[in-house]
Amino acid sequence: MFKRNKILSVIVGIVAILGIASVMVPSNALTATAKTTIELWLNKPQARVNGETRWIDDTNHSVTPISKWGRTMLPVKFISDNFGLITTWDGKESKVTVMQGGELAGTISESGSTSVLPLAEKFALAFMKKNPKVRISYTGGGTGAGIKQAAAGTVDIGAASRDLKITESDLMVHAIARDGVAIIVNKGIGISGLTVEQVGKIYAGQISDWKDVGGRSGKINVYTREEGSGTRDTFQTFCLDPFALKMSPACLAKKSNGEIQMSVQSDPNGIGYVSFGYAEGVKELLLNGKEPSIANVKNGSYPISRRLYFLTKHNNNVLVQAFIDFCRSDEGQKIVLQEGYIQLAD
Amino acid sequence: MSKPEQFSEKLGKNLIFIFASISLLILLSIVFFIFRDGFLAFKENGFFHFIFGNDWSVQDNTFSILPLIVGSLVVTLGALIISVPIGFSCAVFLAEIAPEKVRNIVKPAIDILVGIPSVVFGLLGMILLVPYIRNHYGGPGLSILTAIIVLILMILPTIIAQAEDSIRSVPSSYKNASLALGATHLQTIWNVILPCAKSGLVSSVILSSGRAIGEAMAVYMVIGNTFTFPKSLLDPSRTLTSNIVGQIEEATVGGAHLHALFGCGLILLFIVFILNSYSFFIKRRGCRSC
Repeated sequence: MFKRNKILSVIVGIVAILGIASVMVPSNALTATAKTTIELWLNKPQARVNGETRWIDDTNHSVTPISKWGRTMLPVKFISDNFGLITTWDGKESKVTVMQGGELAGTISESGSTSVLPLAEKFALAFMKKNPKVRISYTGGGTGAGIKQAAAGTVDIGAASRDLKITESDLMVHAIARDGVAIIVNKGIGISGLTVEQVGKIYAGQISDWKDVGGRSGKINVYTREEGSGTRDTFQTFCLDPFALKMSPACLAKKSNGEIQMSVQSDPNGIGYVSFGYAEGVKELLLNGKEPSIANVKNGSYPISRRLYFLTKHNNNVLVQAFIDFCRSDEGQKIVLQEGYIQLAD
Repeated sequence: MSKPEQFSEKLGKNLIFIFASISLLILLSIVFFIFRDGFLAFKENGFFHFIFGNDWSVQDNTFSILPLIVGSLVVTLGALIISVPIGFSCAVFLAEIAPEKVRNIVKPAIDILVGIPSVVFGLLGMILLVPYIRNHYGGPGLSILTAIIVLILMILPTIIAQAEDSIRSVPSSYKNASLALGATHLQTIWNVILPCAKSGLVSSVILSSGRAIGEAMAVYMVIGNTFTFPKSLLDPSRTLTSNIVGQIEEATVGGAHLHALFGCGLILLFIVFILNSYSFFIKRRGCRSC
């Protein structure tokens, strides 16, 4: 009855053994005293952490504390995550391991999406600070490369900025953040916004001069990513496909978010698309009148948004899983917010 | 020869033979692998469609490379047309005309330039050349012209260094004989020295053209990478090599996309072979007497 990643605990006393103050078991509610206060109720899928209500498992609303075999059983993962401990599940040996930070050791290699890159680097720094014996390395290469390398086992974690296709579904998918794609133009362009259809037509080659969209006259230099980029895929899904348009072969191709940003920053007639985190030194256009802001992605009014993923093979190891859990935890999601991305949970 | 001498003679020659065979084996394996996967590209896309078609789309699983071939040839020829005359003139200057003091400064400088990694020139092109061309000549700045300039910066030092070496290695007796017969210095250079250095001069051109057509990253950074035919020097384009650099990470092993990229490599191989055979004929018809 152990389910992968949803671990029903065996002993409440695990918590006590780790030196956190003892857990009391009154009839209906269980509380543990520490710097963090967690309140759980039998048969209720929601708990309170420091007063804030949240799901014990937001992907499975039937995970609750239960009473079984004459004992009260608590979800270990939920408690340990909220106490800042690291819990991992070894399927082969059916073993649950709970440990403090600082005991993990090893290396993790990541590669893939340049949209995820700034976030992944910050995740890695924070995790390595908590676990000094761990080394994490990240190389870019684009979503296509990340997926390919994760599937081949060349890297432990592949980062992707688009949903997986059916042919790629042999990987385990862990969402780590949400992101928007901003349409950027040079600061001196004099336009404040466009419709999604106009952007699509520009990229399809049907609109070629800035004066046709309300700017001064000048040939539009359209910058795009190579095929395989998750950002390009997202852009295509929202700006081209709905209007049955195809990316023009005359677009200038670049290999990363950074290069697109650099190109648009230095080219007075340039237009490009980048992940929100890369939109500096350039002007971000309003799309359909909506500003490219975190709030607008959250409320669904900004048209182009996507999830960012870490991908692993199905038998990933303890260390990799611990890192991914860290990224999805409160602490990790705080980093998401700091870096200008959007948290997973609302 | 004594026995030990005979033995070491045999050993030396056999070792040399082994190393030569290894080099040949490596070359043959490379050619084999490129042929094998490149041929699949011909099969999957049709030979004539692959080479003469003009659509490349990973999504639609269709690949054809005519714009790439045109792009590669245009930037290489453009770079060579400028670099060869300038390079040879500079080599003649250094070898025959310049005073010793000038040569002692310029030659080492050129040797250093030969050693600079090409991606550095790409970076310079991207940061300095592209905005300059965009602001002063129009177009997006990422263009054939920018790529040609970057390639010239890369191959000119190579041409100068090699040509200069081969000019210097013409026996001085030839030069003296010509001068003794009353020819001027320039007449001697044009009619005696250069023809005799022909083999080395042609080698320098072949080597540099190989470097120019094979340059991938530096060209990728400045050429704009569009799948269109350039209609003017200021238009962007894409080459066989920059296409491989741009797309290699996306291609999955065993897929049509990867085979198409190998197809690009195969066409490149053909072009290099043709260039080399041409040089073979030039050398042959040239200096029998040297």
